[in-house]
Amino acid sequence: MDSALFVHRLHFAFTATFHYLFPQLTMGLALLIVVLKTIGLRRNDPLYHEAARFWGKIFGINFVLGVVTGIPLEFQFGTNWSNFSRFAGGVIGQTLAMEGMFAFFLESSLIGLFLFGEKRLSPKAHWWSAFGVFVGSWLSGYFIIATDAFMQHPVGYYTASDGSLQLASFWDFVLNPWAGWQYAHNMCGAAITGAFIMTSVGAFYLLSGKWTAHARIFVKAGVIAGCLFSVMQLFPTGDRQGKMVTDLQPVTLAAMEGLFHSQAGAPLVIVGQPNEQQGKIDNPLQVPGMLSILSYRRWSANVRGLDAFPKQDWPDNIPLLYYSYHIMVGLGTLFIAVTVVALLLLWRGKLFHARWMLWILMLAAPFPYIANTAGWMTAELGRQPWLVYGLMRTENGYSKLVSAGNGMFTLLGFMGLYMVLGIVGIFLLWREIEHGPAVAAMSNLDPAMEAR
Amino acid sequence: MATLWFWIVAAMIATYVVLDGFDLGAGAIYLFAAKTNDERRRVLRAIGPVWDGNEVWLIAAGGTLYFAFPQLYASSFSGFYLPLMMVLWLLILRGIGIEFRAHIENPVWQDFFDAIFSISSILLAVFFGAALGNVVRGVPLDATGYFFEPLWTNFKLSAHPGILDWYTVLMGGMALVTLTAHGSYYVALKTDQDLGRRARGVALLCWPLQFFLTFSAFVATYFIRPGIMVNYEEYKIGILIPVVVVASLAVMLWANPKGKEKLAFIASSLYITFMLVGAAFALYPVVLAARDHEHDLTIYNTAAGNHGLSVGLIWWMFAAVLALAYFVFVYRMFRGKVQLEEEHY
Repeated sequence: MDSALFVHRLHFAFTATFHYLFPQLTMGLALLIVVLKTIGLRRNDPLYHEAARFWGKIFGINFVLGVVTGIPLEFQFGTNWSNFSRFAGGVIGQTLAMEGMFAFFLESSLIGLFLFGEKRLSPKAHWWSAFGVFVGSWLSGYFIIATDAFMQHPVGYYTASDGSLQLASFWDFVLNPWAGWQYAHNMCGAAITGAFIMTSVGAFYLLSGKWTAHARIFVKAGVIAGCLFSVMQLFPTGDRQGKMVTDLQPVTLAAMEGLFHSQAGAPLVIVGQPNEQQGKIDNPLQVPGMLSILSYRRWSANVRGLDAFPKQDWPDNIPLLYYSYHIMVGLGTLFIAVTVVALLLLWRGKLFHARWMLWILMLAAPFPYIANTAGWMTAELGRQPWLVYGLMRTENGYSKLVSAGNGMFTLLGFMGLYMVLGIVGIFLLWREIEHGPAVAAMSNLDPAMEAR
Repeated sequence: MATLWFWIVAAMIATYVVLDGFDLGAGAIYLFAAKTNDERRRVLRAIGPVWDGNEVWLIAAGGTLYFAFPQLYASSFSGFYLPLMMVLWLLILRGIGIEFRAHIENPVWQDFFDAIFSISSILLAVFFGAALGNVVRGVPLDATGYFFEPLWTNFKLSAHPGILDWYTVLMGGMALVTLTAHGSYYVALKTDQDLGRRARGVALLCWPLQFFLTFSAFVATYFIRPGIMVNYEEYKIGILIPVVVVASLAVMLWANPKGKEKLAFIASSLYITFMLVGAAFALYPVVLAARDHEHDLTIYNTAAGNHGLSVGLIWWMFAAVLALAYFVFVYRMFRGKVQLEEEHY
């Protein structure tokens, strides 16, 4: 592999992966904060407002990290992937510009009001600021997904005389069928992260016997939302996303599932290690016929394996793609199991005293991050060897004049800087969690303070 | 259509420089104009609710540039690879400097983030000036429309210039002084007492430097690119631009000592806008000059397809109206002199 290509790929992969740790919580929490504030307004219950305020503080720290790590991504389209930008910028420039114009302006204006304006605004107006932040962050998600969808399944374009892609139909491009399901799937993933983090902090408080009134709200809201979105993550969104890969990227499906040879009644591999040299799965544990059912809804359907496609069109890192996909699906299944059990306990009124379950819920916090990361790796490794599916290969997209050495220099710079950001971020989040919700509430509700 | 987008992008960049310029400038004077913890918190409080929104103009201008002139985006961003990456690092550091300082009430923690905020603000101002200098001076574009510039070569104008040479350093210095003054007027406008007085003092010190550098920049630019006068000769209306620049300099000198902070700030904003408009006016239709002028990137060989540009105009106008509305609302919400409250910054 050309080493400059490798450095540029790693550069984008690293910065994008690190960045997405933050927006998934931003988007998930934004939704849950709106829910908490809505309940608080309707029931006129200060506890819910305090809960929303506490999560607003967590949200604020997380939001800043998301913003500052997000800016490099837009830049890298030009700096590291200039040939790709020249090729596809006439189309995907639309959604990237729209993200800035529609989502970021809305989000950045309202985040100030949401975080600093509670005393200056009426409760209703403050609800609207939270709602606006939610809309902004979810809009932003759509524009990015629409951009990615064009790379996965290009539509609405024509090829201009200079070879570049240009927009032919705005609505075909923006309403790419790939984007719809991928967006739904991705947003369920973000909501799961938000729900699991909220549950985890609540479980931590309950286990340590602190802030228990708030903690019950966190656990209750988190478990209900977590269960709802975990189920939707599998069905319909995950199922439909898989169908789309089956239809539009069949070679990707074969690589994800580790299906080396075409066969009727193809099995679904649950665990096992892909052995590319011998073209088989080592130590397989599989469900016979299941892959045919999932892909084509028939036991006997023929599923095309990797051998049905020319080798130069295979994703270039099959083992990593296979593991990413299996980790995502495996964790997704566990999320359903955990949240369904927790929901049953909640319904029976036993959850807040079931310490074993609270331990599980507390320790579950990192796993949605892993699952979401693995999901994005599945999508993007699965797209390989194409940068724009069927139109431009990844090896033709990077900046030819930016040497591997210069790329490595900035990659190391980002790694160092992001390590510091990560440590500072975890440290500050931990402090907020340790401070707890009631402290946040007191300084806001004290009338003497408001008079200042 | 491409011409229209040229001016839209130019206007967005100018808006970015005017808006983020004042919080960069506030950062530049931060360490020595705001001495006590209370004063520093007041400066941060003055820019706190708006700096993120201001910075979005950079992202939105970048996105719009990408959308309207993808070829230009590809060439310039890959060619300016190293300085842009450093700009990103500085933007990251600056953002967390502002936001994370207040989270812990410890003088060591706060001094650390104060220094990060201020130093990154200063360096960013210099980088942005040097970037403009590069665009005006020209870069070693080849026939494929790409180039790669090292950070510096020999600081002279040669066939292989670096990002930094005497001309771009001059422009960087001018940007720093301009934004320092701009930020000082803003701090003076938003605060009072000692802090406001000190900010006015800084602005007063900046003025002669700013005057001298503006004049030097004109001369130096004419020296390295005599072609910049062509548009001014062809379209006589261009003569208004230097008139506004000189007039706003005069207003700044007059208004600042009189305590008319708002007028001084508006004059400074006009000065920045018209300096940038003047540069754009001189460059048009070139968007990135090559050292060898046959490889110039112009609006014609970098613009996206016509259908995309027309569709974009519809949503852009819609979004711009919305963005304007948010800004008016937020600035009204946080208008007036800064009061310190118990929480945040």
